[in-house]
Amino acid sequence: MENISEPIFLALINPGLDLEFSFTEAMKGLGLSSQFAHILWLPLPMLLVLTAALIGVLVTVWLERKVSAAAQQRIGPEYAGALGVLQPMADGLKLLVKEDIIPARADNLLFTLGPVLVLVPVILSWLIVPFGQNLLISNVGVGIFLWISLSSIQPIGLLMSGYASNNKYSLLGGLRAAAQSISYEIPLALSVLAIVMMSNSLSTVDIVNQQNSAGLLSWNIWRQPVGFLIFWICALAECERLPFDLPEAEEELVAGYQTEYAGMKFALFYLGSYINLILSALLVSVLYLGGWGFPIPIEWLAQLTGLSINAPLIQLIIGAVGIVMTILKAYLLVFLAILLRWTTPRIRIDQLLDLGWKFLLPISLVNLLFTAGLKLAFPTAFGG
Amino acid sequence: MTIAASTELICFLILSVVIIAGGIGIVFLENIVYSAFLLGGVFMAIAGLYLLLNASFVAAAQILVYVGAVNVLILFAIMLVNKREDPKPIKGLQLRKIISAGVCAGLLALLIRVDLTTPWSLPGPTSIGELATERIGEHLFTDYLLPFELASVLLLMAMIGAIVLARRDVLITDVGTGKEVNQGLIEKATSPLLIDKNSSS
Repeated sequence: MENISEPIFLALINPGLDLEFSFTEAMKGLGLSSQFAHILWLPLPMLLVLTAALIGVLVTVWLERKVSAAAQQRIGPEYAGALGVLQPMADGLKLLVKEDIIPARADNLLFTLGPVLVLVPVILSWLIVPFGQNLLISNVGVGIFLWISLSSIQPIGLLMSGYASNNKYSLLGGLRAAAQSISYEIPLALSVLAIVMMSNSLSTVDIVNQQNSAGLLSWNIWRQPVGFLIFWICALAECERLPFDLPEAEEELVAGYQTEYAGMKFALFYLGSYINLILSALLVSVLYLGGWGFPIPIEWLAQLTGLSINAPLIQLIIGAVGIVMTILKAYLLVFLAILLRWTTPRIRIDQLLDLGWKFLLPISLVNLLFTAGLKLAFPTAFGG
Repeated sequence: MTIAASTELICFLILSVVIIAGGIGIVFLENIVYSAFLLGGVFMAIAGLYLLLNASFVAAAQILVYVGAVNVLILFAIMLVNKREDPKPIKGLQLRKIISAGVCAGLLALLIRVDLTTPWSLPGPTSIGELATERIGEHLFTDYLLPFELASVLLLMAMIGAIVLARRDVLITDVGTGKEVNQGLIEKATSPLLIDKNSSS
């Protein structure tokens, strides 16, 4: 117990890298007021995270093409860059210069607004993804709840584009997408609630800090194995990945709500679905796999070297290791999702709704009750 | 005026315009689908107002419940029952419109009067920000427990009602008279068609 509580104490007195503070100080050195320096600082992390998300999408698209090729014993993209790494750029460029077609009988305004409403909430949710103690855009108190509520806006965009396309396949796809999204939102929120109950906070930073007292062993996946599985299944369903990609089931619905879209508007849907996949993987790693934490607590390793935890070099290493660990865990999960997509068959719509309402919902309720009971019985292990 | 205060004022003005214009649009637009989408926009703008009041939990709950659940269900209902036929002309439509406009104008006048006569204490109480989540939970399970439980009973009743409406075959006999009532859905045959054919021939 002594060993475990010491790093927590260290983490509390040590604020970690504070880039905003250093930036503001540097700007003050140039003779600017602190208020103006703050305004200059504000867009920087947002642009950085947006760029990171877009690069993440490029990497995921490349991975998807390569892994699917391997699963089907093909080679996959090969000529654009080494191992085809530039292929996603070529895809993006193609979509960018394609003609933007709006069907003659479609509803112009809603047709344009739909993809935007799908993409914007997903990007906004990156607000709460932490890459380190201070390495996130904003440590808002409602944290993970903000993500749940933002992701509930998405079905409106899907319904809007389905309706505006004026095409029966699009409308059916939009309705399916919305039904799927609201059915799986409930077990998802309940499994998050169990985590929140254990860490006594909605903030993503607190949730990660609570898991990193003893490295690998204190990750939430050991305390919430059922919750982890529910969350992963629901996240796949929310992203419309293959076992659950009914809204765009190409054999039945052409391409669902995306049927009439071309060019940049289609690219927005494409981008939205991949950004959502990466975001879900990042949140699984934050909620269940210890976020930025190294499997062995990095504070212990720092003590072995004999340097102070506040030494600049150690701080830099902690920050770098945190970013690498977060991205590594997220990409392992993305890889798993891609493998699942190319190896599992699609389920039927009635099976999908049965799974959501008759299986995942009761199980997640029982999981929540069980967690509450364990928290009362063993407050030290389950965060009293 | 500081930058933060002026940003807040600009946000407040934009949100107010969106809410008022959106609300008028919901009532006056001919296309019911547009009204429903606009309703979602108004709900989001109201969440923005909560954010300006530093009540982030209430704002997130507003989006989750009103935009994510209520508005999506309204859209669902509209799109599943969207009939492509003009409604029948209603007698005395002009008179009805005038009467309802009068009632609404009266309500508006009442609200404006309340707004002008109430002695508002300005500035209002300081917001507790991040602590609000815990405080809401405390209130819900102590002094507001009865309304909370009553609301959950109401939701349970609505759910049971929806199940009964969806599965009409459970209510074959009328509860009052005891007579048999045909409440089966029009699309669904109560018995398999093949058996019917065999028994009649």
